[in-house]
Amino acid sequence: MQDHSDKKANEKAGYGTTGHEWDGIQELNTPLPRWWLWTWYASIIWAFCYWIAYPAIPMVSSFTKGVLGWSSREAVIADVQGLQTLRGPMTAKIEAASLADIEKTPELLSFARAQGAAAFAVNCSPCHGAGAQGSKGYPNLNDDDWLWGGSLDTIHTTLQHGIRWDADKDTRSSMMPAFGKDGTLKANEISATADYVRSLSGLPTDKGADLALGQSVFAANCAACHGDNGEGNQDVGAPKLNDKVWLYGSDKALIMERITLGGGGVMPAWSTRLDVPTIKSLAVYVHTLGGGQ
Amino acid sequence: MSLASAFDPHLDEPEPPLYAARKQIYPQAVKGSYRRIKWILLTITLGIYYFLPFVRWDRGPSAPSQAVLIDLPHRRAYFFFIEIWPQEVYYLTGLLILAALVLFLMNAMAGRIWCGYLCPQTVWTDLFMAVERLIEGDRRERMHRDAQPINLETFSLKLLKHSIWLLLSWWMGGVWVLYFADAPTLVKDLATFRAEPIAYVSILVLTFTTYTFAGLMREQVCLYMCPWPRIQAALTDEHALNVTYRYDRGEPHMSLKKATQARSIGEPAGDCIDCQQCVAVCPTGVDIRQGPNLGCIQCGLCIDACDDVMTKIDRPVRLIAYDTDVNIKRRQSGLGEVFKPIRARTLLYAIMIVGIGGVMIYALANRAPFTLNVIHDRNPIFVKLSDGHIRNGYTVRIANMLSDSQTFTLKVDGLHESHIEIIGGEGEIGGLPAVSVGADQTRELRVLVRAGEEDDREGEPAHLTFTLQDVHDGRTAVASDFFRTPHSVH
Repeated sequence: MQDHSDKKANEKAGYGTTGHEWDGIQELNTPLPRWWLWTWYASIIWAFCYWIAYPAIPMVSSFTKGVLGWSSREAVIADVQGLQTLRGPMTAKIEAASLADIEKTPELLSFARAQGAAAFAVNCSPCHGAGAQGSKGYPNLNDDDWLWGGSLDTIHTTLQHGIRWDADKDTRSSMMPAFGKDGTLKANEISATADYVRSLSGLPTDKGADLALGQSVFAANCAACHGDNGEGNQDVGAPKLNDKVWLYGSDKALIMERITLGGGGVMPAWSTRLDVPTIKSLAVYVHTLGGGQ
Repeated sequence: MSLASAFDPHLDEPEPPLYAARKQIYPQAVKGSYRRIKWILLTITLGIYYFLPFVRWDRGPSAPSQAVLIDLPHRRAYFFFIEIWPQEVYYLTGLLILAALVLFLMNAMAGRIWCGYLCPQTVWTDLFMAVERLIEGDRRERMHRDAQPINLETFSLKLLKHSIWLLLSWWMGGVWVLYFADAPTLVKDLATFRAEPIAYVSILVLTFTTYTFAGLMREQVCLYMCPWPRIQAALTDEHALNVTYRYDRGEPHMSLKKATQARSIGEPAGDCIDCQQCVAVCPTGVDIRQGPNLGCIQCGLCIDACDDVMTKIDRPVRLIAYDTDVNIKRRQSGLGEVFKPIRARTLLYAIMIVGIGGVMIYALANRAPFTLNVIHDRNPIFVKLSDGHIRNGYTVRIANMLSDSQTFTLKVDGLHESHIEIIGGEGEIGGLPAVSVGADQTRELRVLVRAGEEDDREGEPAHLTFTLQDVHDGRTAVASDFFRTPHSVH
């Protein structure tokens, strides 16, 4: 094992030393096995081969490509294609099944929910939030309050054609007039209407609010779309005004802002960007978040 | 003389070698009681290793019928009556802790029993050495042949030896993969080249490592690669039985002739006649007479060799024996031998082994037939509905570990007014949402819990209890979580 023939043997250890000594402390020489040295040389040679075979050295505007021509980008493309092939049979089933059948079949439901969640994270979460919780002007998709309908089919249509998306001729379209900006309503009328709208869902109104004026303005200008009692109309995307969910907030100032500026949110049409099974999965995913009707 | 060497007088001297070439070891054949124990253990351990995959165990139609199987594609491990799922990997942790403690206990009782008799490295090296001896002859013959220039006979003998080694290595690797798939099927597939490529790759890698470790590297694995010798040295004590040269009896060592002369004139003479037989038979090439040694795997072969010599020269056997430091010192000072198998450390190890083993057996015996896991939605943490109700979403995972499909109902407690719904469930049973989970399967579901406005209060969020009940026999699994609302603390 150890080579004991070294020039300086430590007397107590009966053992060769490296000859190094610091303040009387000697370093015992326990030589490593020679094969260990060879594995080290082999690792160095391996590293050189690796260097030549694979992308390695950064250059000014690029890098050495390596003789094997391997690239991480192509590996990802191959991986994605592999996954698509693997998911092929399930994707075909999703494409063939009706939306209602997907929800009724546990196997299809769990696949659609997983695929829908992934597609949602990439395409929808920038506006609707990671958990589809929404924010001011962007609807929360978890609740039971739907602008354009919460059934599987209406959600699917909204996904396909978008909202106020001019490039799609079947897009969902409606426009709330800018009552204040256009000069249709005067400031006191807008204020009274905002108070009246708050009263529809039982929220407290300002002291001395002219609810009668608000009611008459509402009946003349708003009820056509939002309904006589603010029950909304999903055919034209007019929000319910008598419930506890507020798209732009329930403060009086925020309601006045909406009456003054009018308008409405925009959502892209996804049929030109995503394939049929992905849109179906997204519809199922959104429908099963909890608010589906 | 340079300036640096003025401070360090050794700098000008040539450096000693930092790397040492391996000295080929030619272990000699030996007969005796320890050799016999080693042969028996070799037969038993290799027998278990080679035949265990073929042992069958009936688990019904939905599970494999192999007694010991690690089913990686289906994420299951089977060991006779035990079935382990990935989330129960703590059983494996427990098993490893138990294995370590048993190793420690063995070491505290009788040193490196593991190294000397049971370690796969030792067992296979032993087998490879036996093959070597059978083909190339014993120590002297091999040393003589290796000293000569290579000729046709040497070449053909070595070729035969390496071929048999490779065959044994291939067999070793070939059996290894049988623990990961149905053994009889895999053997058929392997033979007809229809098995998965990974099976062939595994066999190839294990053939290579077995051939290298047991054939070529042998004691180098123990000396330079294995951590146990180093740990073992720190765990042993003066009461542990170790293969020991009894220097109190052996020293001063001298030739048989000189010892006889010395004894005749009343001078001290040890029993060791420096015949070097203990070194010749040692598979790791150490000299046990130098004392406890990192290279010594305590296989006891030197005991057999020395006993043989002692018998021949008519001296008492066991000059080398399983002995303790404390007894050597006691004999030197004329005291009797003591054996203390029950010491603080052996007691502690034994208690820990019994304790951990007991906990594991208890856990296994009371293993839940199905489990329930509930995870609260991270985002949104609550949803306000149009009528003012609050809803929380949960991901619920049900694992059915039984061998047939089960139907469960899910109930939630902890709110004044609550409604529970399972997305994609199987209707209702007795007013509660129902769900069925297939045999030996896991199912993940989305569950919604709705509460009235009175549950939206200041303070800590309400504590929920989910109860999963087997419709068939009423057994339950329980999990807890929270219900969060706009006004609760979150």
